[in-house]
Amino acid sequence: MRRGSTGLSLVSGLAMLFLYGPILVLVLYSFNAAHLSMAWRGTTLKWYAALWHDEALLAATANSLLIAVVSTIGATLLGGLMALGMEHMPLRRQQLIEGGLVLPLVIPEVMMGVALMLLFVMLKMPLGLTTVILGHIVFNIPLVTIMIRTRLRKLDPALREAAADLGADSWQVFRYVTLPLLRPAIWGAVLVAFTVSLDDFLVTFFTAGPGATTLPLKVYSMIKSGVTPEINALSALLLVVSMACVAVSLQLQRREV
Amino acid sequence: MPSRVPSSPPTKSPCRSCWLAAPGLLWMSLFFLVPLALVFAISFASRGTYGGIVWEFTSANYLDLWHPLYGKILGQSLWYASLTTAICLVLGFPLAYTIARSPARWQPLLLLLVMLPFWTNFLVRTYAWMIVLRQDGLVNGLLLALGIVDAPLELLYTPTAVVIGLVYGYLPFMVLPLYVAVERLDPLLVEAAWDLYASRWAILTRVVVPLTMPGIVGGCVLVFIPSIGSFITPDLLGGARSMMIGNLIQHEYLVVRDWPLGSAVSFVLMGIVMAAVALYYRHGARASGPLEGR
Repeated sequence: MRRGSTGLSLVSGLAMLFLYGPILVLVLYSFNAAHLSMAWRGTTLKWYAALWHDEALLAATANSLLIAVVSTIGATLLGGLMALGMEHMPLRRQQLIEGGLVLPLVIPEVMMGVALMLLFVMLKMPLGLTTVILGHIVFNIPLVTIMIRTRLRKLDPALREAAADLGADSWQVFRYVTLPLLRPAIWGAVLVAFTVSLDDFLVTFFTAGPGATTLPLKVYSMIKSGVTPEINALSALLLVVSMACVAVSLQLQRREV
Repeated sequence: MPSRVPSSPPTKSPCRSCWLAAPGLLWMSLFFLVPLALVFAISFASRGTYGGIVWEFTSANYLDLWHPLYGKILGQSLWYASLTTAICLVLGFPLAYTIARSPARWQPLLLLLVMLPFWTNFLVRTYAWMIVLRQDGLVNGLLLALGIVDAPLELLYTPTAVVIGLVYGYLPFMVLPLYVAVERLDPLLVEAAWDLYASRWAILTRVVVPLTMPGIVGGCVLVFIPSIGSFITPDLLGGARSMMIGNLIQHEYLVVRDWPLGSAVSFVLMGIVMAAVALYYRHGARASGPLEGR
């Protein structure tokens, strides 16, 4: 529709402004020297420096990283094995499992959170880092499985057949052919799982006890107790970290084609 | 570890490599299906005096949901989610159309620009709107400076703020399936309509919309599902009167500690989501592939 293109570009431009405007404002204000007002009082890095001395914040960061690392390893192992195991199942069963894996992705996160909390309370498990990690593995397994399966389907079966014809046993085929070919997808899945775990709020909110405050929980309580410049700085940092993770992940996935 | 070379029939019954899926399936059963079943069971139990659960079958929790207060929250959740979906469609369609019709080498970059905010922390993105919408925020500053209003508007903690936040959060979900649908639409069909003197409106309603219908349905469902179940957006941007189902669930569970009622609300929400998923698989899945992403 060549003739309608000015209007279309205008709306698209506005949509882009809508998507990036608030983020830019947030990052900009993280450098604002003014303490309470929104007026500009010159640039400063003091809010970033203040973060560095906030003990509770550093502890929350450590918790978040620990949870993200452990749950990513767990989900990558379980999800990766699941993708490999599904490959030779009858098609009907594959479809059934795939349908089941979509469920955790569409179900409201609040519901996943309360359901896990109920389970842990019923099992009399104290809520803490362990329960959070168990929960994070649950929402990351489907993501990992789907990503690795997508790559497995694209692999040329001739490569593995050739290796088998040349006398490689099934372990050698996996170790020297399948695994190297899957590597970019695995690293992509690792980064996605890590980012999702690091950013998760709701499942953590319901499954973390008082001692297992994570970065998003800390951000939430800071926002709830009043807007301060430190949150702006912290938020800007979190934005940069997740964007970097995604950029690397996308780069890896692009290389695999 | 494929125990067999793929060219051989994959249905050999003792499939050794299939066992690799077992730990993951076990994990998902134990920590996903069992908890859901638990919520379902509790939704038919009743609340004990001190917030515990009394295991006696009752449908009272579901009947309680007819109370006007809950009905109002349910109704406004449906309304906010529908409004969000409609606004995303109006904003997302031109965006998807522009991307799909731009030079091929620009398309991946433009799509990435649309998706990138989605991958950043949701809490942080919602917080950004608190800064923009607050009384001395950017929007009010602009409106005052331009002389459009005399006194700052109440923007934050209103239903408007909730809908803005939801549109902001889920717009990428609308753009992606629409982009796929528009990309498949043959530009020659639109050209042909022009040549036959169709009006702009006729081209839109009789050529473009019918041919991109799977993308429209897909996008709408993908936006509606997370909107109806949202918690953070109404919690941070909405006031006490713009509560949504997600907030009600959290309130029943953590504040009132009426777990049976909270569970019943959860299953009503799940019913709405499942209806949307069914709609997606009937009409929208063709344009956007299996449901992915959160």
